[in-house]
Amino acid sequence: MTSKENYRQLDFSYFPGCSLATSAAESNLSLMEAAKLLGFHLIELEDWNCCGSSSAQTMCRNLALGMAARNLSLAPAHRPLVAMCPRCLHYLRSAQRCLKQDPFTRAELESRWGRPINVDGEIIHFMEVLVRHGLDRLRVAARRSLKGLKFVPYYGCTLFRPPRLKQEKYFQEELENILVALGATPVPNALTYRCCGSFLSATDPEIVTPLVNEIIDSADRSGADCLITTCAMCQLNLEIRRTGKSRLPIFHFSEILALALGAEDYEKWFVRHIVDPRPVVHRLALAA
Amino acid sequence: MGMQALEKYPSPAAITEAERPLSFLETVRERSGTEISRCYQCQACGVGCPFVTAMDYRPNQVIRLVQFGMRQAALQSKTIWVCVGCHTCSSNCPMDIDIAAIMDTLRLMSVEEGMPIGKPNIIDFHEEVLRSLEKYGRAHKLGIMLGYKKHQGGWLSDLDVGLRMLAKRKLELFPSRVKASQEIAELFRCYWRNAS
Repeated sequence: MTSKENYRQLDFSYFPGCSLATSAAESNLSLMEAAKLLGFHLIELEDWNCCGSSSAQTMCRNLALGMAARNLSLAPAHRPLVAMCPRCLHYLRSAQRCLKQDPFTRAELESRWGRPINVDGEIIHFMEVLVRHGLDRLRVAARRSLKGLKFVPYYGCTLFRPPRLKQEKYFQEELENILVALGATPVPNALTYRCCGSFLSATDPEIVTPLVNEIIDSADRSGADCLITTCAMCQLNLEIRRTGKSRLPIFHFSEILALALGAEDYEKWFVRHIVDPRPVVHRLALAA
Repeated sequence: MGMQALEKYPSPAAITEAERPLSFLETVRERSGTEISRCYQCQACGVGCPFVTAMDYRPNQVIRLVQFGMRQAALQSKTIWVCVGCHTCSSNCPMDIDIAAIMDTLRLMSVEEGMPIGKPNIIDFHEEVLRSLEKYGRAHKLGIMLGYKKHQGGWLSDLDVGLRMLAKRKLELFPSRVKASQEIAELFRCYWRNAS
């Protein structure tokens, strides 16, 4: 009667993006697992391409728009499109807004591809799916308590401080709301929304390293067991650019979520971390 | 010092308001969609910016350059390339100026106008990413990093990080590709030649 079978399966189109498809595959795997356990069916967009990323945005607006728009043209109109990467989400939403205001470009792209571009469909982050449909599902599906896990919610820039400011949804506190419902405890006084350095991590690591160390040290000092982030690029930058002594692990939000929902294949995700998070996970298991 | 940097206009009597070309300030205001004239140099943007030490002008100084019409100095600054668009400045601004949007606009204008790039390694990186996107439709990080390092001549810099990522299988050896390669190729038609 309280089994998750009581909940109807909900279908969503899903845009993984380049990071989740490759360097952050552990985030993708755990997300799929968590979604399945919650009764969310994430259907990957057929033949998706890169959202354009900051590089296309920087170099050519038409290119950036076209790349994001092609993904919109692959999304069926009857279900919402879900993204996990905050920047992908932002660029897809921006393109949609832009095409809605520019029917000429929209028509040009539609006739080129022979497919309609869905300018009214919802594009949402997985956290919105959870908050909107999943809080009671979470309670029913939770299998492992996160009690005793002290975490720093690390949003990264885009979800915490959305570009275009007031025109977008802010995600502040949603990480805490979800993880507290699963038993974890957020720790205050750490740098939860300081920028991770973005592409400067590739071009100018000497700028990024001190910033990353500062973020991790602040989490260490606040007594946290880990940082939990919703952004795959943040996770990567925090891992590869840290040089301090701290061994604080950096989890993807989806990993902690899937863990709490009872997923069993977490070894596969955690071996891909540069700082091994398993000691924290084992301590949690022992405490339970 | 600033005088020769001010833009030259025909004498005001010779033209009507409607046909007057937009000044630098007006162009930036229009393209960024933010009211840059409201800045009174409180410096909240510069104080909050995590990357300010790597910049030549602080964000508030870039705004001043635009207000004074100092096009070259603004479009050739390092600052506009170092900015990653984290929007700390925009959310700090008491006058609700979207400073990150101004940086976006200045970056685009500097590319469009073929200005010398204030921080060339960053534009090299963006171009390397675009080469990967053009070829595969998706970003192939290993290829991007190898291409970028080749360009910068620093093969050994960062080798430790690269190897650690490879060991953790965070860098895929082979790219994943979009099947409809023709659709991707068409999207790039607008790009390369207008940037170079």
